[in-house]
Amino acid sequence: MISINGLSKVFGNNVALREINLEVKKGEFIALFGPNGAGKTTLIKIMSTLIAPTSGAVVIDGYNIRDDAIEVRERIGVISHETYLYEDLSARENLQFYGKMYEVDNLEERISNVISEVGLSPRAEDLVRTFSRGMKQRLSIARAILHDPPILLLDEPYTGLDPHAVATFDRILKVLDISNKTVVMTTHMISRGIKMSDRMAILRSGEIAYDVPRVQIQDEEYFKSIYESYVGEEL
Amino acid sequence: MRRCLEIAWKDLRAEFRTKQMLNSMLLFALLIVTIFSFAFGPYPERIEKLAPGVLWVAFTFAGMLGLSRSFTSEKEQGCLDGLKLCPVDRSAIYIGKVVSNLILVSIMEVVTIPVFVVLFDYSIPNLGEICLIIMPGTLGFVFVGTLLSALTVNTRTREILLPVILFPVLVPVIVSAVSATTKVLSGRLNILAELRILGTYDAIFFIVALLIFEYAIED
Repeated sequence: MISINGLSKVFGNNVALREINLEVKKGEFIALFGPNGAGKTTLIKIMSTLIAPTSGAVVIDGYNIRDDAIEVRERIGVISHETYLYEDLSARENLQFYGKMYEVDNLEERISNVISEVGLSPRAEDLVRTFSRGMKQRLSIARAILHDPPILLLDEPYTGLDPHAVATFDRILKVLDISNKTVVMTTHMISRGIKMSDRMAILRSGEIAYDVPRVQIQDEEYFKSIYESYVGEEL
Repeated sequence: MRRCLEIAWKDLRAEFRTKQMLNSMLLFALLIVTIFSFAFGPYPERIEKLAPGVLWVAFTFAGMLGLSRSFTSEKEQGCLDGLKLCPVDRSAIYIGKVVSNLILVSIMEVVTIPVFVVLFDYSIPNLGEICLIIMPGTLGFVFVGTLLSALTVNTRTREILLPVILFPVLVPVIVSAVSATTKVLSGRLNILAELRILGTYDAIFFIVALLIFEYAIED
């Protein structure tokens, strides 16, 4: 589903990613951990066609990000710490805009469904600027899944959320049944990664330093000790 | 094209709700015209020589405020990446922004002209020909301004940088538009040469912008 071969990205003199190779199967959920500056966001941005790689290839659902960027964008939903929501539009107007950009069929019905799924039906007509951070992130989920993409890219989706909002975010992802979607998530939260992923990997200085199936990770403490031994600092 | 219009409609809907950009442009244009009216007095001699300069200074300086906010507001709200993630060609984003900027700048111009007429107590002759000059002049201004607004959006000094790089590029538009407006206000209607320059400028910069916008909007 996602195939990354020899991917490198250089910003000036700074090498953000070095010869990354990664295969993510259909329906697989991979959680990527790593310290700040390890290249997690750069990797997600390249996969989502927001920035071009310096070298290497990324193929998503059979489409190369360099040559078939529009086809790739049709197949991905991105949830980031930035919500991509317009503050001066209502929740419904935001979804109407994105829905029309993605040419979603039966848009109004689909909007009603996703707004209901993220529990924002009573606030659908309110301006996004009146929403709390947690509500914006829930609406951001609705925006990302509006066109029912087979692939979800989650870049630090828990950043800025309080514990209650984190729990709500998890519950929504569960309710949405993302088990049939391929998911790549970057996060600092081991508990979320262990709970949700099929695979856990560590990115260090732009390289995949560790990559194992989730079943091999006994518990949080075990993964923390592995992380510390690879990265040299606490998670 | 439908998705270009969706981008423009989204911008206009948000703008008409807050009127932040429109109010700033209108207020600035009115201030410029008012200051010039005080500077030159209510009945200046040879007003047909002054009017083109006053009008085009008001149009371009006030329009600049709107253009600079065009991509900055997307960036500040964290929506620029969301827009770039949409499965459309990057040129659709450019055209959508051009349409919304064109509408906002045109509204500012439509309001500024009557204010100029009242403050200078001057009845503009050949208004049809004046509009014929303003249209391609405004198009050129918006085509280039929208492109450069995208180009500067990722810089820290974007608010300062945009006018510094935009006005030198706009010289052919401003010179031709002011020259043609002067001629029309003096009763001379041989403005074909200026219109040709404006038309050629618009065509060249629209095509160039479509070709390079993808790179202009890169992080």
